[in-house]
Amino acid sequence: MSPWSAIETRKPEVDLAFKVNGRAVNVSTLPARRLSNVLRENLGLTGTKVGCDAGDCGACTVLLDGEAVCSCMVAAAQVEGCEITTVEGLKARAPLYDRLQKSFLAAGGAQCGICTPGMLMSATALLENNPCPTESEVMDAIGGVLCRCTGYRKIVSAILTAHSEHVSSPTAHAGAVGQRLVRLDGQRKADGTEIFGADEMPADALLLRVIRSPYHRARFSFGDLRSYRETRLGIQAVLTAKDIPGKNCFGVIPGFADQPVFAEGETRFRGEAIAAVVGEEQAVEQLDLERFPVSWDECHALMEIDEALQSGAPLLHANRPGNVLVGGRVVRGDVEKALAQADVVVEGEYETSFVEHACIEPEAGFARRVGDRIEVQACTQSPYMDRADLAAILALPADRVRIIPTAVGGGFGTKLDLSVQPFIALAAWHLNRPVKMTYSRVESIMSTTKRHPARIRARAGASKDGKLLAMDIAADFNTGAYASWGPTVAARVPVHGSGPYRVPHYRALTRAVHTHLVPAGAFRGFGVPQGTIAQEQLYDDLANRLGMDRLEFRILNALDDDSPTVTGQVLGEGVGIRECLEALRLRWKAARVEAEDFNRTTSTPLRRGVGVAGMWYGCGNTSLSNPSTIRIGLKRNARIVLHQGAVDIGQGSNTIVTQICADALGAPVDQFDLLSGDTSITPDCGKTSASRQTFVTGKAAYLAGRALRQTLLRMAGACDCASFEFRDGRVIAVDNGKALSVDLADLPLDEHGYVLTQETTFDPPTSPLDENGQGNPYAVYGFGAHLAEVQVDVELGTVRVLRITAAHDVGRAINPTLIEGQVEGGAAQGLGMALMEEFTPGKGENLHDYLIPTVGDMPPVETILIEKRSSVGPFGAKGIGEQAVIPTAPAILNAIHDAIGVRIRKVPATPDRIRAAILAARGPGDPRG
Amino acid sequence: MLAGGTDFFPALGSRTVSGAVIDVSRVGELRGIEFSPDEVRIGGATTWSEIAAASLPRCFDALRAAAREVGAVQVQNRGTIAGNLCNASPAADSVPPLLILDAEVELTSCSGVRRLLLRDFIVGNRKTRRRSDEILSSVIVPLGLQDVPSVFLKLGARRYLVISITMLAALLSREGDGRVGVARIAVGSCSATAQRLLELERDLAGQPVRRELSSLVRASHIAPLSPIDDVRAPAAYRRDVTLTLVRRALDACVEAQS
Repeated sequence: MSPWSAIETRKPEVDLAFKVNGRAVNVSTLPARRLSNVLRENLGLTGTKVGCDAGDCGACTVLLDGEAVCSCMVAAAQVEGCEITTVEGLKARAPLYDRLQKSFLAAGGAQCGICTPGMLMSATALLENNPCPTESEVMDAIGGVLCRCTGYRKIVSAILTAHSEHVSSPTAHAGAVGQRLVRLDGQRKADGTEIFGADEMPADALLLRVIRSPYHRARFSFGDLRSYRETRLGIQAVLTAKDIPGKNCFGVIPGFADQPVFAEGETRFRGEAIAAVVGEEQAVEQLDLERFPVSWDECHALMEIDEALQSGAPLLHANRPGNVLVGGRVVRGDVEKALAQADVVVEGEYETSFVEHACIEPEAGFARRVGDRIEVQACTQSPYMDRADLAAILALPADRVRIIPTAVGGGFGTKLDLSVQPFIALAAWHLNRPVKMTYSRVESIMSTTKRHPARIRARAGASKDGKLLAMDIAADFNTGAYASWGPTVAARVPVHGSGPYRVPHYRALTRAVHTHLVPAGAFRGFGVPQGTIAQEQLYDDLANRLGMDRLEFRILNALDDDSPTVTGQVLGEGVGIRECLEALRLRWKAARVEAEDFNRTTSTPLRRGVGVAGMWYGCGNTSLSNPSTIRIGLKRNARIVLHQGAVDIGQGSNTIVTQICADALGAPVDQFDLLSGDTSITPDCGKTSASRQTFVTGKAAYLAGRALRQTLLRMAGACDCASFEFRDGRVIAVDNGKALSVDLADLPLDEHGYVLTQETTFDPPTSPLDENGQGNPYAVYGFGAHLAEVQVDVELGTVRVLRITAAHDVGRAINPTLIEGQVEGGAAQGLGMALMEEFTPGKGENLHDYLIPTVGDMPPVETILIEKRSSVGPFGAKGIGEQAVIPTAPAILNAIHDAIGVRIRKVPATPDRIRAAILAARGPGDPRG
Repeated sequence: MLAGGTDFFPALGSRTVSGAVIDVSRVGELRGIEFSPDEVRIGGATTWSEIAAASLPRCFDALRAAAREVGAVQVQNRGTIAGNLCNASPAADSVPPLLILDAEVELTSCSGVRRLLLRDFIVGNRKTRRRSDEILSSVIVPLGLQDVPSVFLKLGARRYLVISITMLAALLSREGDGRVGVARIAVGSCSATAQRLLELERDLAGQPVRRELSSLVRASHIAPLSPIDDVRAPAAYRRDVTLTLVRRALDACVEAQS
């Protein structure tokens, strides 16, 4: 026999014997099946995550005979006789694992948790051979695992400190607000037991795959679908638009909903669904979807904003003339006159690209029919919105649709929109069998929403003494084929276009323009990051033209409590931008001296520069109602149940909302049991977006906690200063040394099964904007400013960010560790947007062509928290999720300009764009060329 | 043919495996590094981690540096040298370091064994002269310049897990009179197959080994390259920075000699 072990894959399954986590296992499977699938499906070890099936993300990292490998790239038969360790097996490797896990949780190394198993396995492979590694050794070890949430630095420090004894983290007792509590859902993220969208598929579920348009725009007609189904064993159904009982239409904003579940006759973007195939798993897996009976007729596609706006351009939607989805407008004062009178006027045009969310968890879930109800368990940021859309699609009343949100392995806005849900719900409804689906990475990138590409023209003027006088902005956004969140972007950008500064004369006009490209939707900041790239670079130009220090120029013009915003709103309190900018002064001065010294003395082609950018961001929906309802229930055993419907997508709402509620009630955090945002058990806390959960849901939790406290005080006959103890089926109010007891055992249970239930709704006070965009769009804004220090290689055009200092006014830091996590992770996404992230539809639908930062790209981030309270928020708190990403990219771009004197007006500032700009600035005859 | 799987599985995408697959990852004879007086023989199924960790002569510095840049640790622990060569990506990090070593490949089939120069083996973008009945059993590096240090430079748009925009390997031997004996420079990611810059190599031979050596590099020296525009970078940029990297690589070679 030849020495080569031959595998004939057409043969049936083979029996394989190997060890997993110290246990001998026997598995019958196809020999070339990916090990990741064998671990997850045959052995139920779903702690190993699958992010790309291509070795690009490292989420599936396991140890194979002690070495870190991507289990998606190992054939099952290759592990015969080997020893595999997965995250579930780390416990057996104590005490190393115990220390590493504690260190991870204490440092805030896990946010959404989808990369955590891969990180832990990579770290274990390192630490077993090298218990006290250097920082660069840690980076080499985890360089192959992508994280989209944390910005990596907390993970690096967790691994570096794993060998040391840990100071125990704050315990969950009274006085939770302001404490660095370990996230309440941290343990299960670190031990692999967290359930994400793909982790709890029923064993008998059918598999669904979607047929998608290979063209940006095409007409299509089906062949013989019936014979396609009947001639393939195991295929149960082929679904098309004809199978939809209700509306073949969904969308996140009522009134703008326009996206079909399945296109009818014509597709409007590459990746749009036209049909689905459902059947037994193996049968559907093996289908070659290229052979699906459909004929395509490719049509001319509108790809660019200008082309779509041309008169006579074909309309994507008949009811939207000129392909303009919607426009936005904020006008104040007389901008033309003010610019004419300004001593200094600068202008510029800026361009941004499609940016992919690149959640490491692809969209996934399953649906099942339970009698006349449909249940969908999937990863989502917005369970109640999903419920409303699915009810309309299936023609069911909303209360017959149940959404069970799983943990979300990265959302950032893209999981606000429906993905797998309508397909699996429709199939499960018709077939009365559970139906599952997990997007492939390609499918996820090609079909889910993106950050809007923007083209922004702007002018700004100031007086000689450095006062901002006027700003004029015209911004167009490529919103793709369907509305998604285009209207929100078009509305938000004009409100925020001035930045957090006093600008008396202002005009901002925006348009969201349809093209035959993937829908652009919500992505951390709803267009404000793009607008800020223009505005903060323009203000830098103004300061430079005026000969003013760029930071001092911003401080001079910073908005304050008593000055009106560009919508005429006077906030009256909680405007912390000046404090943020002032907090950067120390580092600003030092960094500029260091950069100047470096540039003066270096003999290398490296140049250093320092940049700053400010930011503001309104928390919650723009001038629209967006209530959250919190229910808390007191059980007879004195446990408190928190119905916490704010989906935790890694940002920490499970922990933050509980901390707020605990302090408002006066109970320790560990007295609480959390229930998820399952629509059958928990009231609507709205969507996790717009930096609204700490603020809006947090405030609802605060109010509910206070109300329950009042009830208990009344029942105990205690005064408001009393403290509570919850034990032995009693609540004891300790009031001036007196213990007043409320016995819960004898109280009747209410309709929810609690002795006491408190349900409270909070909707932030806003007012509508008038025809000039004047009004109070938000009750609270978050403020911040980032300082970036960069080093540019002028010969290569490459940029290394050396350090980021980030000051954020969060009102009240409910949990500083979680806030730092948001800031560092936001900075990482901002860095990616500034330097490398660009999705070109039809190209690079994977995570090796579409690049996001790795651990080696992230500098240290120093977070400075400013607490300028806003009385509307819980304990004065404001949002931080989106605020964190906004100022990073413009700060980096300003630092690049500072380093090399060249403005990069199109992001990402890739090495070739920077190098081209350097060469263009030097002119053709320059010998340094 | 399956060994490390680091190209096989990504290419598969959502499809299932069809047809026969031969797994050679456990063939001991294909793995490991052997030294003889005249040559170094690297088994085809030797992984990048094994190459990076191996004790090898200085002329392998560039190959070992490239081994640490192939994907990330997970890929280096599985991916093999033969896989990288047979996949024949224009951006294969291993090819320039092997081209400057004048490496050969050994192809084995039931009908025998043959050797080809690596530069003759890879004939185009993902095209080699391997017959379907052959496996690449060894990479053979002739010795002679073993004490000459080599360098590897890679440019990508991020730090880890990145496909090169351009990358190159170089070595420079210094004769007793302080002049360049042999100069070898190979550039990858800038043409369908990685290229040696032969004219530059000739122009460098006999020049004094000193810091100014890199100033001899002219734009015409990279004329053999034919870079393309793709998602990673435009062609003009690739030419521009390759010239810079060639100069830097020569500076590094000179430095390593002193």
